[in-house]
This record gives sequence, structure tokens and C-alpha cells, in this order.
Amino acid sequence: MPLKLEEVDHIAKLARLDLSAEEKARYRVQLSDILDHIAKLNELDTTGISPTANAFQGTSATRADKVHKSLSTADLLKNAPDADKNQFKVPAVFGEKK
Amino acid sequence: MKYEPVIGLEVHVELATESKIFCGCPVVDSVEAEPNIAVCPVCSAMPGTLPVVNERAVEYAMRVGMALGCKIEPVSIFARKNYFYPDLPKGYQISQFEEPLATNGEMLIETEDGEKVIRVLRAHLEEDAGKLTHVEGASLVDLNRAGVPLLEIVSQPDMHSAAEARAYAENLREILRYLGVNSGDMEKGVIRFEANTSVRPVGTEKLGIRTEVKNLNSFRSMEDAINCEIARQSKVLDEGGEVDQVTMGWDEEKGQTYVMRGKEDAHDYRYFPEPDLPPLKVDDAWRKRVRADLPELPRAKFERFLADFKLSEYDAKVLVSDRAIAEYFEETVNNGAKPKAVANWMTGELFALMNQTEVSIDEIKVTPKALAELISLVSEGKINKNTAKEVLGEIFKSGKNPQAIVEKKGLAQVSDTALISGFVSSVINAHPDEVTSYRSGKTGVANWLFGQVMREARGRANPQILREELMKQLDG
Ligand SMILES: [Zn+2]
Repeated sequence: MPLKLEEVDHIAKLARLDLSAEEKARYRVQLSDILDHIAKLNELDTTGISPTANAFQGTSATRADKVHKSLSTADLLKNAPDADKNQFKVPAVFGEKK
Repeated sequence: MKYEPVIGLEVHVELATESKIFCGCPVVDSVEAEPNIAVCPVCSAMPGTLPVVNERAVEYAMRVGMALGCKIEPVSIFARKNYFYPDLPKGYQISQFEEPLATNGEMLIETEDGEKVIRVLRAHLEEDAGKLTHVEGASLVDLNRAGVPLLEIVSQPDMHSAAEARAYAENLREILRYLGVNSGDMEKGVIRFEANTSVRPVGTEKLGIRTEVKNLNSFRSMEDAINCEIARQSKVLDEGGEVDQVTMGWDEEKGQTYVMRGKEDAHDYRYFPEPDLPPLKVDDAWRKRVRADLPELPRAKFERFLADFKLSEYDAKVLVSDRAIAEYFEETVNNGAKPKAVANWMTGELFALMNQTEVSIDEIKVTPKALAELISLVSEGKINKNTAKEVLGEIFKSGKNPQAIVEKKGLAQVSDTALISGFVSSVINAHPDEVTSYRSGKTGVANWLFGQVMREARGRANPQILREELMKQLDG
């Protein structure tokens, strides 16, 4: 079942992607194929199987509240495309938060 | 028309652990610390890293849940909340969604109409985001705070005024401080609020359309923002309009809420279970261990202070408002001082000294033992109350023992009747006019003469004996 174009628009917006009309048309087909493929799982009979949130069913591993060494600020910023005042520098964002 | 406000609060609480929730970076002061000194591959989202849950963060969250009477769920599930923002390195926040750690609690608050129960829907663990600073044409990202453990506590929409919301929030802060899970230091942003507000015509049941005001960092701005929304929404409805379901911000300077995004821009977080973390399991043994460590909470302490120490409600409330203060009070009482006297000395002189010098109860040099001794010097008549104030000031400065100060400075109270009588005579002889006016009926002059005699005695005369001797000579 093909995705609606508006749905492609919505997903692109959530992913902060600026797509051309040609790209939208192409991804619409590709995304629809992926969804159709995954939808095959719906053919399985899952009656009596409780939903699971994780493939690991063991007990949860936790760590003690101990401090470990962090990266040096210089190392941390090594891969940053841009940095200033010991911080990552990114294009301006305004107003909206979460 | 008259409207009834309906308010629910979401409170974000930083948990005061040593290290972050999913990695070993230290939790540093997000206001004072240099940027990006507490960041590692995990909390900066380097590829291939994996989160591991901090046990203490879970225990702190359990403490809060228990203190609020929540059910601590034997299994809770971490989930990814997906959104893009530069303060969120992974592109998602690890949170809990469908299955939170704590559910269905409640809190008692005091309102104008008496006590009221506010239901708590849930409390869940999540990680904090980094901090952005906006500069000319760009934003700077500091990730020190990214990954600091947060507990989000969500109330039911059970509050009906900004004052009730504030009472709930203040109570919560007090409880968090008692539990030792949060400093309560609002200026550092360790507690943040989101207020959901709607209004409905008085007497109706159906909830109105609500707005959500985000990023409220003080009780005051939370209260103001709610009042602003109540007024704004009531006006919209009065004018025949409809309230829009929007997410808002609070402009502190203008004292106004403003629309951050409309319904059409509502986020689509696409939550799904966090594949990198197994379900969080809390067995009975763990739960019991945490419960056994819970301190007595403010409410219970208040009741006990009333019952055991016969304090006034006012004194009890002031003394339990801070756990360290309550413990100081009890220790002083345990050192043999009368509870009422301890309450008076603490809420009066001691708090005044602490306020003047901006020193907290944990830092003062006056030990509970010294305060108890000082109080007994007064009750035994060895020093009078005014001298005791002087001595307290001295202990506050030097930390010396009260008895030693009294002896060294010769402050012991004079109870020698003959000596006091002599002071009275010399004052009476020196002020014949005042004595005449007293005898002609202006009895108020006696207080002035009392002061003069006390001065003569350098403040050390036993006030009862002084009064007796003065009246004897004036009326005799
Ligand atoms: Zn880290």
C-alpha cells in the first residue's frame, strides 16, 4: 500500500530533510516497499504471545553510581564541524524547544 | 461568565546522583562549570556506545515514588522519544513512556478551603538534554547536562487555582529535599515545571481545551503563567471564541504567555521501546531495601512535633520545612532543652543570625548541645534573656561554649538583692522628676526607670528581682 505524499512530507519534516519533488516521489515508492516488507510480520499468528519490548529477557544490568573519566574538551570537539568557546557551534536555532 | 480553572503540573526533577544516568560522567553544576568538561562518548552519542542504567538514579526515583504513595512497577520500560534539536546529541531522548517506573500516587496540600488530595499519575526516569546558548547567527552547545538523570512527575488535573499549583510544587520540593534526591536549588534549574491549564464554566464537568506552558523555572513564574492563562482563556471564551490547543512559553519580562507552536505543529515523537536497554526490573528485595531507607517525611514529622513537643502549628511548620533544621531542633531537645524554648530561640535569634550572615544550619558554629546549654543557663536564672542573646551572638561567631563565654566576660546574672537594690536607689536618686511623675499616676514611667536600672547593672540584673526592688522603692 503506497504512502500518501503528505505522509512523505511529514516524515521528511520530522527528519529535517528538505526534499525535491523528484526525491519525494522516489522515496514514496521506496518507503512503501519497506513498509510492505515489514508488514509481512502481520501475517504471523501471535495469539497468546505477550508483547515484548526487548529481545533480551534477562534481568536488567545496572551500574554503580561511580564517576568515570570524561573526554577532554579538546577530544570531544575534535570531530565537530565547528566549535567556539569550548562548545559545538551549530546553525542558529530559535524559539521552539522540544 | 465565571470559570473554574483546571490545572495539572509536570515537574522535571534532576536527581542528585554523582554520575549521569547512562554513563560515568560526573553530574556538574550546570551554571558554574566550564562547558563540555563532563562529556564522554556515551552522552555525546558517539556511534557504537551503549547506555547502562545508574542504580542510584533508579533508587532515587523509587524514593520519590514511594514518598508520593505510588506503586513501584516491578517492570518498567525505557523508550526513545525522537526529535531533532541541537541540545540532544542522539536525536532522541531516552525516557519512559507506556510503562513508567512509578504510578498512581497522591499528595496532600493545604488550600484556603482546607486539605486537599492531588493525585499523581506517574513518575518516570529520563535523561536531561544539553544547554544551548544563542550567539550572533549561531548556537553553542554545552553537553555537561546531557544525560543527567531526570524524574518527570506528572499530576492529575486536580488543581483549581495557581495557588494550589504552587502549594503542590512547594510541597514536592520539600519532599525532594527531605529524600536527599534534589538540592531544591531553583536558581540552578534543578526543578522545572510545565503547567497544563484549561477553564470551564463553573458547575460544568466537561474539561475545556488546555494549553501547555513550558520551561517554568520558579514558583513565581509558574504561578504567574497559570494566572495569565486563566485570564486569557476566560477572555477568549467570554468573547465567544475558542481556546486553541497550543504549546506556550512564558515571557518573564512581559509577564505574558506566548504561543510556541500550534496544534498542527504538535510533535510526533514516534516513541518506541529502547532497544539498547532491557526492561528495568525492580524485585521485592530491592524495593524493600529502598523503603527501609526512607526518612521520616515532612508531613509525619509535623504531626509528631505537634504531638510530642506540643509546639504551635506555626513553629512546627517552620521547623519541619527543612530536614536539617528539624534534625537540629530535635538534637537540641535531646540535649535537655525544653522544646518550646528551643523553637523560640531557633525561629527567633538563631534564624536572624543565620539570615544576617547568610549561613545555613549545616554550617553554623552553634552546636545543638551549645544551644541547649545556653537555654538551660537562662532557665536556671544564671543569665537573663538579653545576656543570652549576646552570648548566642558570641557562640555564633566563635563556636565557644556558652558557660565559658559567660565566665570569661563576667556576664553571669546578678541575683543579689542587696546589690540590685543599690542600683535601684542610685537611679531613683538621680531622677527625682521621673519618680515624682510616676507617683502622680504616670505609671508607665516605671518601665523607663526599669531600663535605667538594668543599664546601671550592665544588663545583668535578674529582671524579676529588679522589678520587685524597683516597685518596692517607688511605691514604698
Ligand atoms: Zn558521559
